Amino acid sequence: MDMIKVIINGKEYSVEKGSTVLEAAKAANIDIPTLCYLKDINEIGACRLCLVEVAEMRGPALGPWRMVTACVYPCTEGMQIKTNTPKITASRKMNLELLLSNHDKKCLSCVRSTNCELQTLCREYGVDQSTFTGTTNHYEIDNKTPIIRDNNKCVLCRRCVATCAKVQGIGVIGANNRGFDTFIGSQFEKALAETSCINCGQCIVSCPVGALYERDDTDKVFEAIADPNKHVFICTAPSVRAQIGECFGYEPGTDTEGKMVAALKRLGFDGVYDMNLTADLTIVEEATELIGRVQNNGVLPMITSCSPGWIKFCEHYFPEFTENLSTCKSPQQMFGAVVKTYYAQKMGWDPKDIFFVSAIPCTAKKFEVGRPDQSAAGVPDVDVAITTREVGRMIQKAGINFRALADEKFDDPFDIGSGAGAIFGATGGVMEAALRYAAEIILGKKLEKVDFPEVRGTEGIKTASYKLGDLTVNVAVASSTGKARELLNKVKNGELDVQFIEIMACPGGCVNGGGQPIQPAKVRMSTDLRAVRAAVLYKDDADETLRKSQDNLAVKKLYDEFFGKPNSHKAHEVLHTSYIKRGLYK
Amino acid sequence: MKKKLTTVAFQGTPEQEKQLLAVIAKHKGEKGSMMPIMQEAQDIYGYLPIEVQTIIARETGVSLEEIYGIATFYSQFKLNPDGKYAISVCLGTACYVKGSGDVLDEISKQLNVPIGSTSPDGKFSVEATRCLGACGLAPVMTINGEVYGSLKKEDVKTILAKYR
Repeated sequence: MDMIKVIINGKEYSVEKGSTVLEAAKAANIDIPTLCYLKDINEIGACRLCLVEVAEMRGPALGPWRMVTACVYPCTEGMQIKTNTPKITASRKMNLELLLSNHDKKCLSCVRSTNCELQTLCREYGVDQSTFTGTTNHYEIDNKTPIIRDNNKCVLCRRCVATCAKVQGIGVIGANNRGFDTFIGSQFEKALAETSCINCGQCIVSCPVGALYERDDTDKVFEAIADPNKHVFICTAPSVRAQIGECFGYEPGTDTEGKMVAALKRLGFDGVYDMNLTADLTIVEEATELIGRVQNNGVLPMITSCSPGWIKFCEHYFPEFTENLSTCKSPQQMFGAVVKTYYAQKMGWDPKDIFFVSAIPCTAKKFEVGRPDQSAAGVPDVDVAITTREVGRMIQKAGINFRALADEKFDDPFDIGSGAGAIFGATGGVMEAALRYAAEIILGKKLEKVDFPEVRGTEGIKTASYKLGDLTVNVAVASSTGKARELLNKVKNGELDVQFIEIMACPGGCVNGGGQPIQPAKVRMSTDLRAVRAAVLYKDDADETLRKSQDNLAVKKLYDEFFGKPNSHKAHEVLHTSYIKRGLYK
Repeated sequence: MKKKLTTVAFQGTPEQEKQLLAVIAKHKGEKGSMMPIMQEAQDIYGYLPIEVQTIIARETGVSLEEIYGIATFYSQFKLNPDGKYAISVCLGTACYVKGSGDVLDEISKQLNVPIGSTSPDGKFSVEATRCLGACGLAPVMTINGEVYGSLKKEDVKTILAKYR
């Protein structure tokens, strides 16, 4: 690795050649403020908050001091950098004031208050009002989808635009018009609901301010809890436990399952259940479907269907692949369906009196609950889906001291989940869980080694080939819809011959979902959230004695008492669904 | 200025679409080809409505929003077709200080066509232009190239009557 010398604030450092000034400063433990910068995604020098003073060598002598944007300016040998002079401070202050001059400063109740990168900078630089007065822009709030856009708070950093186009390969939002009229929106002034947006919410977790947020459904949940005639249950997705701690000041990658369960019980739910259970149920159904397709010349490759962002992506952008999608509902929908059919019947309840909430790391799940063919008991399988952030807000609002709680366990009878179910939240996890099941069925004997490390890791596309007896199974895994597009194009062109594909819409899988706690660009610059958050789930799995979905006794009981066997007629009625060929711009 | 969406029904012909597809094919694989494609598309259709931008998006694989973003960024791209009678009122400095803004507003009001757009029947388009170089006649406007000078707000009705 080539290194060069630079002098930052009078001290000499050796930095990697090709580093930007921002990266060099970071390596020297100096934070330069940024707003539009998002590592690897949006590096455009637009907000001008990272301005620093530099002087470069011109031959043997030092050249003049100039102001440059640290996020895009490359270091050169012998460069002198000043990150914190009065001149820099004055210019950053001026830029903040200019941003505030056209910003809706309703900070008191803003969903991002205390977690807003603009607010943080204003506090650091002592800016609270703009001295610039004049016209301001006023925009209608676009709130027809689970993703809400309030352009009155937008700072035009374009982090959402870059994420949508470059990471997710979608590009339904962009900068329209010019100059003071510029705003982030969709083609021909359409609302997000009229575009091919997949509701993944990656724009939300990219937004430095309160211009993007999910529809808040927490009031509906509080109301249901207060209704004495309702049985109100909540189930939590695998990756909620791995991230909810971040809402309460824990470092990313802290497992707080026990505290989360304890807090939810204190909120007043009649049952707090583990979605790992229906992750296991999904595996049994999905892997059985796969084996059936292989044996009966069904449509292959089969593609997983747990990620509703991916499902909508497939329907819009690859409608020719909807037959390849597993017909299995997602674990969230399966859970609601099981509770409102099997459990309602067992307890003698009317499904209408059950209010089923799912806690998920995902904004697309809010769209999924309203999809057609997701009402096994004649009422929607799931009433409300709330994100990890919303769960955090509910706990805060209820005054529950999360950090002080002692660990508690999920409620009977939906409290058992295997390690295979736990890893559903990370890219490659569903694949590995399915392989643990399929390998055992195909080989007809107990699996000695349950780890499939080839499909683990944060790589956007992973492929592997397994020999199971006489059968060779080729599999592929993609996370982020941008990578899914790449993978599916390869399958389409015949470059890749696989039987089974796992796709998750968010980069790294659900652990990095659009409904997860938002970490500022500063943290995302130094921490790969995908990896540290996924590590929690893989540790859960490794610590479990129950590693395979098929060994989950709660799942076995469901089949014994209700479904008969996997992919039975009853299972198809309750646990499977159908898809729509949407096509583009519809 | 914020661009106005058109209310004029799309009248594109299969012949025009063929020409557009040929243009896109000509630029295929070329870096930075979106501007020339959009310019040539506007030469073919006279403007860039959603129907035309959708064809470009479909054929190039660039998202419709990205194309729309370009179309609204550059003043050279039009979202509205020229009307049968294209009215351009000069808002250059000389015309503006002599009251061309009022004239423009009056035209927009009388025709019920927002500035920068075209009447739904396609008959009149109303736009503001930069200096036409006839400052001696300020305020000035042109209708299909015919120049009207020394305008007053009160003249608008009589002039428009000729074209109605």
